Amino acid sequence: MTAFLLRRLGQALLTIFGVATLIFFLQRLTGDPTYLLVPDTATQADIEALRHALGFDRPLWVQYLSFLGEIARFDLGRSVVQNVPVADIIASRLPYTLALAAGALLVACGIGIPVGVALALGRDRWTARILAGLVLAAQSMPTFWSGILMILVFAVTLGWLPPSSTGGIDHLVMPSVALGLLSMATFARVTRTALLEELSKDYVRTARARGAATGRLLLRHLARNASIPIITVAGLEISNLLAGAVIVETVFAWPGLGQLTVQSILARDFPIVQGVVLLGSFVTVALNLLTDLLYTVVDPRIRLGGAR
Amino acid sequence: MSAAIDTSPVPATKRNPLRRALPFIILLALFALAAVLAPLVAPYDPNAQNLLGRLKPPGTVARNVHYLLGSDELGRDLLSRLVWGARISLLVAVLSVLISGVVGTVLGMLAGYLRGPVEMVVMRVVDVFLSVPAILLAIITVAVVGPGLLNVILVLALTRWPRYARVAYGQTLSIAGRPYVRLSAFMGAGPLRVLFRHILPNILGAVTVVATLEFGLMVLFEAGLSFLGLGVQPPTASWGAMLSTGRNYVATAWWIATFPGLCLFLLVLAANLIGDALRDRLDPHSR
Repeated sequence: MTAFLLRRLGQALLTIFGVATLIFFLQRLTGDPTYLLVPDTATQADIEALRHALGFDRPLWVQYLSFLGEIARFDLGRSVVQNVPVADIIASRLPYTLALAAGALLVACGIGIPVGVALALGRDRWTARILAGLVLAAQSMPTFWSGILMILVFAVTLGWLPPSSTGGIDHLVMPSVALGLLSMATFARVTRTALLEELSKDYVRTARARGAATGRLLLRHLARNASIPIITVAGLEISNLLAGAVIVETVFAWPGLGQLTVQSILARDFPIVQGVVLLGSFVTVALNLLTDLLYTVVDPRIRLGGAR
Repeated sequence: MSAAIDTSPVPATKRNPLRRALPFIILLALFALAAVLAPLVAPYDPNAQNLLGRLKPPGTVARNVHYLLGSDELGRDLLSRLVWGARISLLVAVLSVLISGVVGTVLGMLAGYLRGPVEMVVMRVVDVFLSVPAILLAIITVAVVGPGLLNVILVLALTRWPRYARVAYGQTLSIAGRPYVRLSAFMGAGPLRVLFRHILPNILGAVTVVATLEFGLMVLFEAGLSFLGLGVQPPTASWGAMLSTGRNYVATAWWIATFPGLCLFLLVLAANLIGDALRDRLDPHSR
C-alpha cells in the first residue's frame, strides 16, 4: 500500500512537471514571450527593459530551470499589470469559484444521481423517455446559452433571481445550474449504467427471489457496488466544473478564477493566466490521485498495487 | 397512424441504431448544406449594417429589409449571420477533428505497436496534455498565438489529439497481439505495412466514434472561445460571438442570443446522437 502510494505520488509529480514544461514551451511558441506582456504601443526600449527585467534574455535552459524552481517553491510570479504576487490574486478569487463549483456539483449529483436511478429502475416507459430526453438535451446544451436563457426567463421576465454578479445565495442559483447541467447528464448516464450492470448480477436475483424489496436492495447492496464508477466520474467532473467556470463566470459576471483568466488575457497579464492553468492542472492531478485512493475505502476488495 | 403491433422480426431496440438517428443525420446535413451554400441561402449580406434597423424583433420590415429572425445591435440581419456562422462552426469543427484525429491516431498506433521508448514518450505526453483541463489549455494557447480562424483550428487540433492517441493506443495494443498481425510481421511486412494494412482498418471504428463525439465538443469549444472574444474575430459571424452580443442585450433583444444558441444546441445534439448511435452500431457491448 505504501509502495503503491509512493509510486502513484511520483507519477503525479511527474505529470505536474510535464504540465509545467508544456506551459513553458507553449509560451515560447511564437518566440519571445516578452511580446505577450506588452501593449502594442510599447517602444523598443520598453520591450528591452521588460525583457531584461523578466530574464527573458537569458539562455533558454536557464529560464527553464528557474521557471521549474519557482514552481517547486509554489512561486507563481507577479502580475505584470498590478505588480502583486499572482498567488495573492488567485487566492482572492478562488473562494468564488469554489462556491460556484460546489453549487454546480450539488446540482449535478442532486439531480443526476436520482435521475439515473429512475432511468435504471423506473417501470414507466414515458417517464423514462422524458427523463432520457432531458439528459440528452442537458448534454448538448452550451453553458453560455443555458445561462443566458435563464437570465432571460428568471431575471428579466419573471424577476425571481438577480441576473448577475455577487450577493446572497440567490446570486449563486443560476450560475450553479448552468454549470452543473452538463455534469448532471454525465452523472445520470453513469448511475444508470452502473445500476443496470449490478442489477444483472446473480446476487441481485437471489436477493429478489428471497423477497427483498427494490428499495432495500438499492440501499443495502446496489448503492455501494454502483458507487465506484460514480466516484470515478465525480473526480473527473470536479475538474471539468472548475474549467467550465471560465465561461459561466463570464456569463454571470461572477468574480472567480474564470473571469480573472479572461480579464487577464485581455489585459495581457500572462503570469496570471499561467498561474490559473497550473492550478487547474494541479487540482486535476490531485483529484485523480484522490479518486484512486477512495476506491480502496469504498471497496476493500481493491488492493491497490497488490497485483502489479 | 400505424398500429401498435410491431411486425418486424427484430425487437425495437435491436434495430440499426443509425436508423434511429436518421432525423439528426438529416439535421446535420441541413446545417452542412446551409454552411456550404451560405452565399446563396443567406437572404442578405451578413455584415451589411443598417443603423436605422437596429435591434428589430423577428418579423420586422425596415427599409425594404425583412428581418425574419430580427436584427442585431448594428442592424445586421440575424438569419444571414446565422447561416454564415454555420460555415465557421462546421469549418472549425471539421478541420480540427480531422487534424487532431489523424495526428492522434498515428501517434497512438505507433506507441501501441512499436512499444518501448516511443510508447513511453508518446503516452507520457498524452497524460500531461490530458491533465490540463481542455478549455484552459485552449485558452492559454490562444493567449499566446492570438485569436483568429486559423489559430483556433490549430489550437483545437493541438489540444485534442491526445484523446485519439489514447483510444488508438489501447485498440492497437489489443489488435497487435492477434495471430494474423503477428504472422504478417513474421512474414516480413514492415511496421508501416502492418500498421496501415492490418491495424488501422480494425481501429478505425473506435476512432470514428471518438471523432463524432469530439465534433460536437469542437463546435462548443469554437463557440466558447468566440464567446470569450478569443476565437473568430468580428465582424465575421460566429454563433459564439453572437451569443456574447446577445448577453449584453438580453433585457431588450432576446432574439440575438436565443437563435444562435438554438443552432448551437441542435448541431451539438445531432452530433452527440449520431455519435451514440455509431457507438451502438460499431460496438454494441459498450454502453
